[in-house]
Amino acid sequence: MNAPEFIQLRVKRQDNPTSKPYWEDIKIPYKPNMNVVSVLMEFRKNPINTKGEKIDPIVWECNCLEEVCGACTMLINGVPRQSCSALIDKIYEKYGSDKPIVLAPLTKFPVVRDLMIDRQIMFDNLRKVKAWVQVDGSWDIGRGPRMADRVHEWAYPISRCMTCGCCMESCPNVNSKSNFIGPNTIAQVHMFNAHPIGEMQKEKRLDALMGPGGIQECGNAQNCKRVCPKGINLTMSIAAVNRQVNKRALQRMFDK
Amino acid sequence: MAEPKVVIVGGGLAGLMSAMKIAEKKIKVDLISLVPVKRSHSVCAQGGVNAALNTKGQNDTTWEHFYDTIYGGDFLANQPPVKNLCEAAPGIIYAMDRMGVMFNRTPEGLMDLRIFGGVKKHRTAFAGATTGQQLLYACDEQVRRYEDIGMVKKYEGWEFLSAIIDDDGVCRGCIAQNLSTMEIKPFYGDAVIIATGGGGMIFGKSTNSVINTGSAASAIYQQGVSFANGEFIQIHPTGMLGDDKTRLMSESARGDGGRIWTYKDGKPWYFLEEWYPAYGNLVPRDIAARAIYKVCVEMGLGVDGKNQVYLDLSHLPAEYLDKRLGGIMEIYENFYGDDPRKVPMKIFPAIHYFMGGLHVNWNHMTKIPGLFAAGECDYMYHGANRLGANSLLSAMYSGTVAGPAAVNYIKGLQGTSEEGAKKAGELELKKQQEYNDKICKMDGKENPYSLHDEMGELMRLNVGIVRNNKALAETDVKLQEFQERWHNCNIVDHGSYSNQTVLFVRQLWNMMQLARVITLGALRRDESRGSHYKPEFPNRDDENFLKTTIADYTPEGPKFSWEEVDISLVKPVERKYNVDSREVKK
Repeated sequence: MNAPEFIQLRVKRQDNPTSKPYWEDIKIPYKPNMNVVSVLMEFRKNPINTKGEKIDPIVWECNCLEEVCGACTMLINGVPRQSCSALIDKIYEKYGSDKPIVLAPLTKFPVVRDLMIDRQIMFDNLRKVKAWVQVDGSWDIGRGPRMADRVHEWAYPISRCMTCGCCMESCPNVNSKSNFIGPNTIAQVHMFNAHPIGEMQKEKRLDALMGPGGIQECGNAQNCKRVCPKGINLTMSIAAVNRQVNKRALQRMFDK
Repeated sequence: MAEPKVVIVGGGLAGLMSAMKIAEKKIKVDLISLVPVKRSHSVCAQGGVNAALNTKGQNDTTWEHFYDTIYGGDFLANQPPVKNLCEAAPGIIYAMDRMGVMFNRTPEGLMDLRIFGGVKKHRTAFAGATTGQQLLYACDEQVRRYEDIGMVKKYEGWEFLSAIIDDDGVCRGCIAQNLSTMEIKPFYGDAVIIATGGGGMIFGKSTNSVINTGSAASAIYQQGVSFANGEFIQIHPTGMLGDDKTRLMSESARGDGGRIWTYKDGKPWYFLEEWYPAYGNLVPRDIAARAIYKVCVEMGLGVDGKNQVYLDLSHLPAEYLDKRLGGIMEIYENFYGDDPRKVPMKIFPAIHYFMGGLHVNWNHMTKIPGLFAAGECDYMYHGANRLGANSLLSAMYSGTVAGPAAVNYIKGLQGTSEEGAKKAGELELKKQQEYNDKICKMDGKENPYSLHDEMGELMRLNVGIVRNNKALAETDVKLQEFQERWHNCNIVDHGSYSNQTVLFVRQLWNMMQLARVITLGALRRDESRGSHYKPEFPNRDDENFLKTTIADYTPEGPKFSWEEVDISLVKPVERKYNVDSREVKK
């Protein structure tokens, strides 16, 4: 790769939640080993667009810069991912360094400003399915139940879900016409239902996944698993929870 | 009378643990956080959390955990609270296990334990190399459960600006600003708990998240709370160099068998193993960081002639590494491009953790009644150097102390008037609004982000791993110049919605205040102790400096005093790691 003189970005901007979006072209001098976040950080030290106009710095969310907090998720050349781990040199290897890198906010969530979005719905969904272990209290009552290593092996990866929204963004069934709860939330149900104490409230979580927006809205596109930055096997979880839901539905029929 | 309520500022481990404990006692909580709490900086903690569970046949005890922590902290921590911390640790970890934290397991399904720096026993419970993330998520889930039943109300995307303090000097709530609408409003409460973490951003680049500006703690300091031991900044030996931040490579890498080395005379030289035979690669962080500094800077033996040495895991089986250290393998691969299973990682020490912080009593209340502090923003448990995997513990434990203490405080309140709170709240609100209006109009020549870069660089250079008095004095002069230049800042962003620069300019001022506390605290302490190292004074000096540094705000700069350290449980001895700490003469 020939090192370009500038790193060019084309950014989809929006001044506030109700205003119209527009595109802005910006550039900063090329340095090796940069990522999208460090480019935006560099830009705000001298926010002048390619037309030479003084503009407001780009607004985006970021926090840990280590791809564990999930904050800085955006569309980079159309792919939902964390911008901190989006290395410029790697992007150039894939797409070439002559074209601007295109940044846009995720489309499945309301825009707050520029690349910043509101993902509250994902936290609300976790609440809906009671994504927690219902302990009696946080007090010290001694050692908890044992858990087999083989359960830990598949459940631990799910616990690394950072609610970033990549799976929601890539899922065709999450759209303005559906209120599909999304792959990540279903995976959380899978994990909590496997925990020795969490298992005791399994039915409540499964009930929350029946009905409108529930697990049946999954169309098995399998995009979620492909885009998950933590490599969580979301489709495996959806299949497993689907079996639990079906069993639960049958059980409810017989209970009537 | 209105229903009692506690306002908690900060949604990391300490804040969430406080919230859980308070809601459990049937008191309502308003939880204010800069970011959705699930994105708090606690997620960055990797290696594990200490508790003497004694499940590895090593006769571990909470007393040994206590002794290692005090010894590791070079005897600067008050001993009784540390003893309480270590005694509470197993109970806290068991509760977290019940709440569903995915700790690694032994073949019989118990929590597995790994070994960490500065200790001789397996005492660190862990969830791969993402333990902080899992602990935070478990607390987040429990707090969401309390949110579900109306006991906790979250205000995410709000920045703490100042405490509301009434005419009697009692804290009655706080003022916060919405990061999107920019609205500033009062949050009233009978007690306020500040759990806002450390301030790595004062050094520009660190292992911290970008929200860790220390701004809230600094605001409280400027309102009259003492800041203790500010000069004690932990430098983590194994950071990964980067333009935007120095990413952490967990100590657990060495706990699980990683070795530090560089080339000497054309051959690998395992200098930690040679210099510290009793602990080897698992010496505490201050010792390891200084050794790496010595090898690179003083001896000029850094890898490729640069300031870097190897952290080597490549001799360990890939499957073992993925199971126990997958989280950091991924970070190194994604951000550096090399596979640490195959080639050694290149690392150098990085600013990591604030041992010092807001001064609190043993119930975590500051000198302002009703105002508490917990987590990294307090100064309580780590003395002059923190042992690895004690931070997650102290964050959670301090929440279990501060939360119930706030409830007890509220129960003891008598005759506080609502009008008093309202009057103080309106006054403080007006003050903060005026300050905000002033910032919004700043149209000088200084770009606040560039000014911050300059400050960070200066702090890393002169107030980092090696300190000398001349440079510290010069740094303080520079910091005062920066404060002058701050007044000439340009607000850069003219948007009225989600204006991040307006908030950053305010944070920058607050960072500058704490920068002086750190620098002058270091200047005054003419000894070397824990993370604070002055070649001019290479030894620990208990006679003059076995004391807590106390800084109090004045408009002219911090005013310093000393406070005695409670050493009622174990007598200070020389701290060294070439021999087993148990063999150092008492």
